[in-house]
Amino acid sequence: MTRQEYNITAYTENQVGLLNRLAIIFSRRKINIESLNTSPSEIEGIHRFNIVVHESEEVVRKIARQMEKQVEVLKVYFNPNEEVIWQEMALYKVPTDIIAERALVERLLREHGARVVLIRKDYTVFETTGHREETDKLLAVLHPYGLIEFVRSARIAIIKTSQGFHHKLREFERQQPGEEVSENQFLDRRDKVFSM
Amino acid sequence: MFPNPQLQSAPASPEALAAPQVSGAVVLLQGLVAEGVDTVFGYPGGAIIPIYDALYDFQEQLNHVLVRHEQGGIHAAQGYARASGRVGVVFATSGPGATNLVTGLADAQIDSTPLVCITGQVFAHLLGTDAFQETDILNITTPVTKWNHQITDARDIPAALAKAFYIARSGRPGPVLLDITKNAQLQLFEHAGHEPCTHIRSYRPRPMVRPEYVQRAAELINQAQRPLVLWGQGVLLGQAEAEFREFIEKSGIPAAWTILGAGALPTGHPLNVGMLGMHGNYGPNVLTNECDVLVAIGMRFDDRVTGRLDKYARQAQVIHLDIDPTEIDKNVVATVPVWGDCKETLPLLTQLVAARQHPEWRQRFRDHDAEEVAAVIQDELFPTQDELTMGEVIHQLNELTQGEAIIVTDVGQHQMVACRYARLNHPRLSITSGGLGTMGFALPAAIGAKYGAPHRTVVAVIGDGGIQMTIQELGTIMQTGIEVKILLLNNQFLGMVRQWQELFHERRYSCVEIASPDYVTVASGYGIAARRVEHRPDLQPALRQLLDHPGSFLLEVRVTRENNIFPMVPQGCGVGEIRLR
Repeated sequence: MTRQEYNITAYTENQVGLLNRLAIIFSRRKINIESLNTSPSEIEGIHRFNIVVHESEEVVRKIARQMEKQVEVLKVYFNPNEEVIWQEMALYKVPTDIIAERALVERLLREHGARVVLIRKDYTVFETTGHREETDKLLAVLHPYGLIEFVRSARIAIIKTSQGFHHKLREFERQQPGEEVSENQFLDRRDKVFSM
Repeated sequence: MFPNPQLQSAPASPEALAAPQVSGAVVLLQGLVAEGVDTVFGYPGGAIIPIYDALYDFQEQLNHVLVRHEQGGIHAAQGYARASGRVGVVFATSGPGATNLVTGLADAQIDSTPLVCITGQVFAHLLGTDAFQETDILNITTPVTKWNHQITDARDIPAALAKAFYIARSGRPGPVLLDITKNAQLQLFEHAGHEPCTHIRSYRPRPMVRPEYVQRAAELINQAQRPLVLWGQGVLLGQAEAEFREFIEKSGIPAAWTILGAGALPTGHPLNVGMLGMHGNYGPNVLTNECDVLVAIGMRFDDRVTGRLDKYARQAQVIHLDIDPTEIDKNVVATVPVWGDCKETLPLLTQLVAARQHPEWRQRFRDHDAEEVAAVIQDELFPTQDELTMGEVIHQLNELTQGEAIIVTDVGQHQMVACRYARLNHPRLSITSGGLGTMGFALPAAIGAKYGAPHRTVVAVIGDGGIQMTIQELGTIMQTGIEVKILLLNNQFLGMVRQWQELFHERRYSCVEIASPDYVTVASGYGIAARRVEHRPDLQPALRQLLDHPGSFLLEVRVTRENNIFPMVPQGCGVGEIRLR
């Protein structure tokens, strides 16, 4: 099966130790996590993990199911890049004297949609947000100007077709208040994580 | 209540001081009692002393079994859980006490055994300081627990304990570990009483059954000419033995079992066609590759069952009944997944399947069985050689127990022999370490099994390797007076490894000759009656003595040194390539 980038989105309770519990699902299978981000979600009190791996669909599906099996995980989705809107942010620190000398820098920054976060006498920090290729391109451009530091954030992604999880969670709670029964509508979608 | 200066780590408000207060330790024990716990297996230590102090006042409600090693404690709790169907409970202290639980947790995790383990932990303010007997047990046990949680504030104990029991026993059961810092055990607070947990929003252990999938499964079964049922421990865990039997008897489908499923259908039942897997019976292995519909019930297609996957049941349509969605399509892709508790799905399926007999198809199993009897079983159970075989010991044992005893086995050749030949008339009579293959499991697990099923005779069948791994639990037997019948099959080898070295490594016997102590003397040192036999005429009287002796008894049987277990599906081969010799 062909390997490609998959974006795994997990909705979880906010619990100490859960990050490790999820991370070992990958490490146990010797799968490298390319990017991992945790953040709040659209629902108060529920966390959202965005994890990127380069793997085959079958592997990702099994991992996603294992993740969802964890007690404190509510729901897991996985999508290839074309099914999500995604962004990464990058910061670039360059020497101010060199930057100031060259007028073309202004133009380069405009072309790359970058902005200046901080200007000091000794260095300047730029920021840009976009896909991997875009942040990489600016990195290549700034290299000749004595780049001091570079950092790129984890990926955050939103699923294009998603109706959001809020509605789904409310539906769970409405259908089965206090009951330990789950729906299984996704049994029809065997290619997905079907347990919720 | 606890005049301990370190209590001041959790100052109480003035209002709270006026109300009646109890310690976290007491609340924990009250919670255990409320959850129906009657027996705890454990070993005290510094970081769990407050709980043991509270236990002093709970001796009426909670029977604490002092083991000789925490690994023995957790295996005993596993034996208790497997024999009784209830949650096994373990106490251990921090650091080495907690790390000694890891093997048992891994065993319970892979064999889906419900456990709640309580470990003491250093004071919360010492966490992360490399304090004496501090270890990061939460991170150590994360891969081998269904859920684990650390408590640093006593007020969290009631909810966490209720959650622990709910998680351990619901859905696909498993082990849970609660790590409680010493300050939380000591901390006084106002306790409102134990409330059981029945719902966790992120955890949905009981899938709603989709009838259309049951319908599709029934259609496949009704069209089948050569259907085969494979059942696993799910039938036992779901307490669906009666439902399973009705399904089998109506559909007339021959049914084979994984070693953890043993006993869900009595071994003597006409539709029980035997054991699956590497050392399972000939018929069910060979015919797995000839059936047209394979109905897997509460089993997970372990590699020891399937052999090489690309040569496994490729011709068959697969129906997979399981409560755990991660098992569906994990190893074998299901044509029809029936996701749910088999206690619910089996009766629905029984309603829809046609009553059939499959006489010709079942004859195939009998034919294969006759072949296996001629090639393997006859010589194993009724040997003509001088030396005793493991098979004849189990056969003679059957004659005496009549399939009514609990058989606890360790890991290795004797385990395969015991599982193949033990007669089981009821569910929960076979207790073994299946998924993890933990040597040293049987002796402590048998102790626990006797506590879990006191009305049953419990026979621990153990090899000379395994018994030396946890032999110190003879001390637990000595101190408690619990009645365990120890049947030690001594071939003076680590027999299963020796067999592989013989068959696949040109008889280069590397580190498999194992010396034994004089077990009769060792047992008598523990005040346990014992006997050794090596000649056929002594075997039956000795087995009778083992069973009839009031109290525990150790019977060592010297058996053939270099006997091999057959049939065998060699590693890397398909089930169809099973060898009879």
